Amino acid sequence: MSDMTLREWLLSDAPTSRRQARFASLYKGWLNFRSNTMAMFGLGILVLLVLIAFCAPIVAPHDPYAQDLANRLQPIGTEGHLLGTDSLGRDILSRLIYGSRITLYIVTLVALIAPVAGLLVGTVSGYLGGWADVILMRITDIFLAFPRLVLALAFVAALGAGIENAVLAISLTAWPPYARIARAETLTIRSSDYISAVRLQGAGPFRIITKHIWPLCISSLIVRVTLDMAGIILAAAGLGFLGLGAQPPSPEWGAMISGGRRFILDHWWVATVPGLAIFTVSLAFNLLGDGLRDVLDPKGNSQ
Amino acid sequence: MALAENDREGRKPASFAPFLKTAAGSILSIAVTMLGLLLVTFIIGRVMPIDPVLAIVGERASQSTYDAVYEQLGLDKPIIVQFFYYISDVVRGDFGMSLLNARPVAEDIARVFPATLELATLGTIFGVVVGVPLGVIAGVKRGSWIDQVARVVALVGYSMPIFWLGLVGLLVFYGILGWVGGPGRLDIFYQDIVPTRTGMILIDSAISGHWDVFRNAFSHLILPASLLGYYSMAYISRMTRSFILEQMSAEYIVTARVKGMSERAVIWRHAFRNIRVQLITVIALSYANLLEGSVLTEIIFSWPGIGSYITTALLSADMNAVLGGTVVVGLIFICLNILSDLLYRIFDPRSK
Repeated sequence: MSDMTLREWLLSDAPTSRRQARFASLYKGWLNFRSNTMAMFGLGILVLLVLIAFCAPIVAPHDPYAQDLANRLQPIGTEGHLLGTDSLGRDILSRLIYGSRITLYIVTLVALIAPVAGLLVGTVSGYLGGWADVILMRITDIFLAFPRLVLALAFVAALGAGIENAVLAISLTAWPPYARIARAETLTIRSSDYISAVRLQGAGPFRIITKHIWPLCISSLIVRVTLDMAGIILAAAGLGFLGLGAQPPSPEWGAMISGGRRFILDHWWVATVPGLAIFTVSLAFNLLGDGLRDVLDPKGNSQ
Repeated sequence: MALAENDREGRKPASFAPFLKTAAGSILSIAVTMLGLLLVTFIIGRVMPIDPVLAIVGERASQSTYDAVYEQLGLDKPIIVQFFYYISDVVRGDFGMSLLNARPVAEDIARVFPATLELATLGTIFGVVVGVPLGVIAGVKRGSWIDQVARVVALVGYSMPIFWLGLVGLLVFYGILGWVGGPGRLDIFYQDIVPTRTGMILIDSAISGHWDVFRNAFSHLILPASLLGYYSMAYISRMTRSFILEQMSAEYIVTARVKGMSERAVIWRHAFRNIRVQLITVIALSYANLLEGSVLTEIIFSWPGIGSYITTALLSADMNAVLGGTVVVGLIFICLNILSDLLYRIFDPRSK
């Protein structure tokens, strides 16, 4: 070990421990991923986004809520306001920076709720089979057949506007594809020999599902979640734009576009700049998702 | 040859039975899915924090009036019975009264729906006319510059917020260049000239021969329709490309080339002919998505369609209108989904 570099240790053909084998496969995946320039570009943007969101109070030049009516609707490049100001004289750059926190918050919550719900439904349905499978899959199909945005709108209408309710509404419409994937994976795993072995050792269904089936479903779910992120961001921004997501004065990007909409013909930057931010982030997620699919799920990449 | 003909004739009734079976299965699955949709909208209607009785009688009504309306709405019955009432109402096309303008919701929806239909149909036409050839070329010339362009176009389409692109389009093509009409379906000057027949202004004005109205309507329609068309094109071109790629590596393509067929004949007479069925299902799906995707576009372009209707109702807490609109969009969405599935089964010889 001592005369070996870390890289050699990772790329060794004969791993001496389970830990080494695990790190080696991760490292090889990373090398594979790193050769994909576009995916790395996407990852770079997202890392930057997380950093900006984390350091928002340091990076932002102004208070995102501070109004300055004397300086309203200043154009891009104004002294002290790099991206101009909005209709209440608030600094657009600072609002964008703080808005990244909201975007990440929404995306993280949906990315936690929807796949976990789908995983639960899919694995239970696939493992138990029989009537449980028929009923759960029927419910999944019903939700899959719904128009997602309109259903999310109706949910928000019932629950009331707000970020948390928007997250809930998007999650409620986003889980079915994950359930389908998890079920398909479970069906192939269920009949394998090692599951029979675990069962013979006395493991119950709960233990088998959580300890032996879930870990194997994770990688295909991660790919799907990453590819769905862009859609989640766009849906959240759409709800914010309609006034059903984050409420003013919150610097949510969709709501910012909605606020600048009235001035689009004379003061184009107020609505245009937040849209570019949304576009950049969802593009980054799409690029990252494509790259991850190539690494984690080579069989799904038929193109 | 004659034997083969006979053979085919003889097999016909046999292959018809499974088709009936799939049709019955489809009808059952349509029924279950629609019941599910109604259950969800019913539950949404029940959990909402708005008191439906109070919304009708107002806050100053006496207790007896309140109770009368409460009973009239069937709210005193068990929840299951209420659900059956709801289903029978919807089946009869009764979505209740709009709380906003006190008119039947079904009538309102019938009035606004043609506007959405016009928009989504033209959008799908754009998507197909551009997307299919783009996908075919990208698939045949894999890795070429045109494939790269198609990839970027699709990627941008998947990542761009549609309402933002609409705003920017409005700014550039209407505000700066002045090439297209602004928000709305017609300029004020042209409104109410053409008698409403189908509700789709392009068709109505063409029927009555008002070509000036037609031109004006088209100038208003072109921007939102091409915007929607762009999104449908992104999806259709990607799917076409992967279908074509699958075909081009098949052995019969190699055979056709070995026989000395021209590349054009190989692509269009062989490969394309085999992906037509898949394409039809993809187009039906993208049409369904556009009907839904037009919600945000309609807001941007002040387009008086079902998307605008639902959102306006939403913001003024008119739940009957919201749920009625949701049910209509949902039903159409489900029907198109199942139709595309059915078309696939009917037209794909392998599934028989």
